[in-house]
Amino acid sequence: MKNPEEIFELLKSKFAEDVLELKPAQPLDAMIVVNPLKIKEISNYLCSEESLSFDTLMCLSGVDDANGEKVKDGNGIETINGGTLSIYYHLDSIKLRHKITIKISVPRDNPETYSVESIWKCADWHEREAYDLFGIKFLDHPDLRRILLPDDWDGFPLRKDYQVPEFYLGMKVPY
Amino acid sequence: MGLLDKEFSESNIVIATAEDIFNWARLSSLWQLSFGLACCAIEMMATSASHYDFDRFGVIPRPSPRQADIIIISGTVTLKMATRIKRIYEQMPDPKYIISMGSCSNCGGPYWEHGYHVLKGIDRVIPVDVYVPGCPPRPEALLEGLLKLQDKIRNESLVKKTA
Repeated sequence: MKNPEEIFELLKSKFAEDVLELKPAQPLDAMIVVNPLKIKEISNYLCSEESLSFDTLMCLSGVDDANGEKVKDGNGIETINGGTLSIYYHLDSIKLRHKITIKISVPRDNPETYSVESIWKCADWHEREAYDLFGIKFLDHPDLRRILLPDDWDGFPLRKDYQVPEFYLGMKVPY
Repeated sequence: MGLLDKEFSESNIVIATAEDIFNWARLSSLWQLSFGLACCAIEMMATSASHYDFDRFGVIPRPSPRQADIIIISGTVTLKMATRIKRIYEQMPDPKYIISMGSCSNCGGPYWEHGYHVLKGIDRVIPVDVYVPGCPPRPEALLEGLLKLQDKIRNESLVKKTA
């Protein structure tokens, strides 16, 4: 069993500048921010290293940070330019009984990162969901298509600047 | 309007109009498509179970739309599901009836404002005969809805569909 500081030190000694920051356990869970383009290597290490053994990906969540520049057009429709989307990986080790949260932030204009499906199989559908609702692209994912919404849906509904369509297949959508 | 009030005393003959007999037959065995969407479907199942006993009104769940007379839209209709419901409805033979059960299928319910994926009322896709309010409606409310539908069918005309 390791506490977040020890996990952070281990990662830091292995990946150096790709491990960015340790956020304290208050008010949220302890969280380690890492370089999004190195998530696969870091995940692989977290899973396979004997003293960490993170054998379970409990949850993978997308978040719209909405920290870009908010622009209103003539019709009062707000869009967000720049800023980031984030992905949180909640990891647990059943073997060693410890857990940690990994966070990555990808640019909103080109939200790309690598899939961890080859490390934790359950990431498959979680990543499809994050792609479906936030438009985050997971490179190397074996089957990255929408999972909940219809295939012909436009846009990514959980983004903060999402606009509800007026019609879908001839059905009026707003109330 | 009923069938039995024109019965001859001490005989086996009943006189009625063809309309009354057809309507009586129709309203007494409304076979229901066994189809549920969300939490309302749990109440619908409770209505079918022995305590409330939908079967006493002739409502039997059927697994195929080709054998069903009535479809109860029991739950939140997503836009994705709405296209499927329309197809199921079109597969049902005439005469066919629809009960919209619960706030979601009546008008979108709690998803009316922020539900980008929810159809705000099933009547935007298929015609509804009876709306049952509630979130979810109690089994008694669904039974009341069925009785209302039976009343509607009782007054139907052969030359003009009114329900």
